[in-house]
Amino acid sequence: MNILKKTTLIGGILALSLGFAATAQDTLTIATETGTQEIMLKVKPPAWSPLPELISGLVFRSKETQSLQADDFGNPGMVFVEQAWESWNTTDGSAGKSCADCHGEPAKMAGVRAVMPKFNKDKGEMWTLEMYINNCRTDRMGADAWKWNSGSMVSMTGLISLQSRGMPMNVAIDGDAAPYWEQGKEMYYSSTGQLELSCANCHEDNYDNYIRADHLSQGQINGFPAYRLKNAKLNSIHNRFKGCIRDTRAETYKEGSPEFIALEVYVASRGNGLSVEGPSVRN
Amino acid sequence: MKPFLLVMVPVSMFAFATVVAAADVIPGEVMYQDGAVAASLSGAAGDADAGKKVMTTRSLGNCVACHQVDALSSAAFHGNVGPTLNGAASRWTEAQLRGIVADSKKTFEGSMMPSFYKKSGYIRPGNAYTGKASAEADLSTLLTAQQIEDVVAFLKTLKE
Ligand code: HEC
Ligand code: HEC
Repeated sequence: MNILKKTTLIGGILALSLGFAATAQDTLTIATETGTQEIMLKVKPPAWSPLPELISGLVFRSKETQSLQADDFGNPGMVFVEQAWESWNTTDGSAGKSCADCHGEPAKMAGVRAVMPKFNKDKGEMWTLEMYINNCRTDRMGADAWKWNSGSMVSMTGLISLQSRGMPMNVAIDGDAAPYWEQGKEMYYSSTGQLELSCANCHEDNYDNYIRADHLSQGQINGFPAYRLKNAKLNSIHNRFKGCIRDTRAETYKEGSPEFIALEVYVASRGNGLSVEGPSVRN
Repeated sequence: MKPFLLVMVPVSMFAFATVVAAADVIPGEVMYQDGAVAASLSGAAGDADAGKKVMTTRSLGNCVACHQVDALSSAAFHGNVGPTLNGAASRWTEAQLRGIVADSKKTFEGSMMPSFYKKSGYIRPGNAYTGKASAEADLSTLLTAQQIEDVVAFLKTLKE
């Protein structure tokens, strides 16, 4: 605990010297296997953002939940990351290869999560991290594609996200990404279901308010995949979208659907500047 | 083994259920005047105690999900997305309260408050909280006409 407090203070000073208007509370210092790591919990939004400040979803969670994420040994999501590390090194498929055979250490994936989803020029479409992972499995390894929400897939996105932890989210929204971003934006502001609620109703107009016991956050996805105490596993971004839409008494979209890919582009970009935080801990 | 606490976690933040009765005003035919509705939707008077239950029960109105109400303090966790309902009857007439509960959007343009007595005009309506599609014809109102009258009867007791 002592170490955590001290490093939070140092983190705050460091952040200040980098020119962020950060105080100690605006950062989280995570105790890692090898030392500590700093993540920004509050940052300035991009110029186009409707939000006055970008705030990590962790800020809206209880002290207990926050402290789980402040220590990699306490973060239950790390168990799944370890499993993914094993599968990273495991040969699978007709080509007899593992991820490691082509990519080396997982650390080579640093920076990847921060720019996802990213337009795939070869395929001519927007791809999420899951799609890049599955492409390696099917085309390079000759292995079966993983289902979007399968444990193997979500854990692998956890391992890859962790390599970018602390880096600012930086998803492209112009050029090839523009039409996806526009579609996602349209969805974000559409009221769906019999309750006629939009993402913006809860996460833009009412963050920091309560819906019953739920303390509403900005609905950012920089912390995904998220370990939820509620279901004791890592959860994908599209699965969270699905849950929120279901709660408006609406027909949801499927994980991996073109609609959710577009929504992910838009929601990810609303967090541009926040630190990659996955695997995060949520209730 | 999952902790069995999970069982107690509600599937959803909101949960409403309904039944339709014959003598009720049909949802699409409610007469709104500046958002207010003069006549009882069920043709009968409301029961304030039953209304209390509708307002605090997750599977019914669950109004406290968004509103704080001192008189309902026995129900845990009141939200604050909507204004407090303390003194609501000093600000609004019975007809206005009925209109707000039946379809708040007729009083507050673009309101986030759900319309509790409406069954059409939705984008991608679902079959309750299953996430599956529902044909508009199969939807029921979030509250029955009588439940709305019960809620209105309770709201009328909230004087300042
Ligand atoms: C009726 C209210 C409501 C609506 C509408 C809603 N959400 Fe949520 N959302 C919640 C609640 C409650 C939580 C859990 C607490 C929190 O993080 O806000 C949540 C959590 C999230 C999270 C996880 C944030 C984190 O840091 O763990 C994301 C992402 C999210 N929502 C995105 C969306 C998107 C995208 C939409 C629209 C498609 C949407 N939500 C619509 C209520 C809502
Ligand atoms: C998802 C949120 C939500 C739910 C659920 C909800 N309301 Fe509201 N309510 C609001 C908001 C927001 C307003 C403020 C009007 C506006 O500006 O949109 C409001 C306004 C009101 C008002 C007027 C308050 C005043 O004095 O100005 C009354 C009365 C009311 N609601 C009653 C209810 C009742 C009764 C229920 C349940 C049957 C309910 N509400 C459920 C969000 C909600």
